[in-house]
Amino acid sequence: MTRRSIALATAAGCAAIFAAVAHAPRLRAQPAPPLPVHQVPQSKNGGTVVMLCDGKTSMEVKGLKPGESMTHAQATEVTRELMAQWQRQHPNEKWQMAQTDQSSEPVPAVKATGAKPQSRGTQQGDTYASFTDRDYKVWKNQTDNFVAEGKRLFHDGAAIGGTIGVSCDMCHPDASNTHPETYPKYQVQLQRVALLRDMIDWCIENPVKGKALDPNDPRLRALEAYIIAQRKGVALDYGKH
Amino acid sequence: MAARHKSVETKYMEDRDAVLRGLRRLDRRTFLKVLAATAGAVMAKSLLPPHSFQLVEVANAAPDKTASGTGMAGKPPFTFAYVSDTHLYQRTLNQRFVRAAVKAVDDVNALDPQPDFVLFGGDLAQLGRREELDLGRQILAEVKAPVKVMVGEHDWFYDLGDTWQEMFGPPNYSFDWKGVHVVVLMSVHEKDFWTERKMTPAERMHTVAGLDNGVQSRFEVGDDERKWLSDDLAKVPHTTPLLVFSHSPLYKYYRNWNFWTDDAEQVQAILKPYNHVTVIHGHTHQMLYNQIGNISFYGMLSTAWPWPYAPTGLPPLTIQMNRADPFDQFDGLGDGQINVRADGLADKIYSLWDRNPVTVRADYLVSHGKIARPPAPQFASY
Repeated sequence: MTRRSIALATAAGCAAIFAAVAHAPRLRAQPAPPLPVHQVPQSKNGGTVVMLCDGKTSMEVKGLKPGESMTHAQATEVTRELMAQWQRQHPNEKWQMAQTDQSSEPVPAVKATGAKPQSRGTQQGDTYASFTDRDYKVWKNQTDNFVAEGKRLFHDGAAIGGTIGVSCDMCHPDASNTHPETYPKYQVQLQRVALLRDMIDWCIENPVKGKALDPNDPRLRALEAYIIAQRKGVALDYGKH
Repeated sequence: MAARHKSVETKYMEDRDAVLRGLRRLDRRTFLKVLAATAGAVMAKSLLPPHSFQLVEVANAAPDKTASGTGMAGKPPFTFAYVSDTHLYQRTLNQRFVRAAVKAVDDVNALDPQPDFVLFGGDLAQLGRREELDLGRQILAEVKAPVKVMVGEHDWFYDLGDTWQEMFGPPNYSFDWKGVHVVVLMSVHEKDFWTERKMTPAERMHTVAGLDNGVQSRFEVGDDERKWLSDDLAKVPHTTPLLVFSHSPLYKYYRNWNFWTDDAEQVQAILKPYNHVTVIHGHTHQMLYNQIGNISFYGMLSTAWPWPYAPTGLPPLTIQMNRADPFDQFDGLGDGQINVRADGLADKIYSLWDRNPVTVRADYLVSHGKIARPPAPQFASY
């Protein structure tokens, strides 16, 4: 049995722990699909079209050629006009400022009734208004899988490119003594301000004797997710030593 | 990166060495004055715990004149040293832990006077393989003083102790040393969690090797061995000082990481009638001490890696060591000595690498912290 397969087999043994929360097939670290991009209509006369973040409301800025920048006054006027246009199209609705808008009425939760759930939109006015219990479960599942993958990597030195049998958990059981809530901070030994990922990479390069992971490497993202998840509820205190 | 960035500790030690070199021509009185001033200056920078400049009261176990003068051979005091938790992989895979184990052996060989014996505290190997144990045996063979070997879970759970016992004999044994009764326990038995899960030996070992999984069972001395202990002690008078070596702490510290012995209370009950009992344990890789009734507990340092203190359950008497510097392979690690005194109590010297040693006196423990408090580091350990 190779070292890797031993580790995988052990991870499989541990999978029973997660079974209660993770019904979906386990997510291996893989590159995430590209994020959705709003399709902005083409300008009819060579100008520039600007779109609201709802992905629907748009307007053409008169006299602005592609590549040119608006002045601050122009931009302020454009955003005001876009919002006004959205309000005209949604006369009885209120623009929700997500968590920061204390004046927003709480959105009534739509109970899963066994009926076909409402289709979920991804735009302003849809996302905040119509998610179901099932949506919550799906999101939680996705998140938990991401964290579980981080946990697997945290316990498997070879899977993150380690060469001497050292894995993260050997010094940091339950990701203890990693303190993600204290970053960014001046890391004296590195003589620079560091993010959590810089320290993860440092550990991978040094005690684990692997190669530092690219910031977009799904393994680094998963490790970060696991470490942060372990400190849920701890107050952020960046800069703390 | 390691080559470009020296750790704070390393720089500090270099600075200190430079200062000390310049001080060699001074007479002793002036030397101490200058040393104190330098210590003050460094501490004012808030960079290091006072441990680093602590003048150690007892650097070596000087023979206690009152006892040795009586000519009573076969009585304490005596000194022994320890090396523990080396976690060796095969040499070809991992040189880091080999280097550290050899460093510890050099330390104990350099002790003058030499200790009566050297205790190896368990977890010689990382994954219980023959090659790992054999490498450990070769390294321990370099120790000049006699070696007493104890088993840890990393030595045991690949083949349930076959190779270890072939090399080192029975895992639990006892002997008498200068009027002290010494017991070595195998405290890391686990109830069978592997058969039902159809684990291979390698999977079983790998599971036990990790702290933070809920799959494995908790450590225990077990019924058979507790019976053995009772029988062994049956002929030992209660006035005889006891030294007990166990790999896991013989008390309950933090269950989730197996900083734990499930039948600790039952073992403590067997030890309760004795006036002086000192338990020396490995496994926890940190400065750790405790007092429960008549029993004083000292945790040993590892040579491989330090562990953070567990989130709960830390014995209140333990003064936490400062966080280890991850940029310094040897920080927070080391070896140590135990001075068994004429009165049967035992003081412990934590010989921390790259920090000054810290002595924890038995008086601190048996007085439940009222006297002889060891110095606290400047920073909390998190």
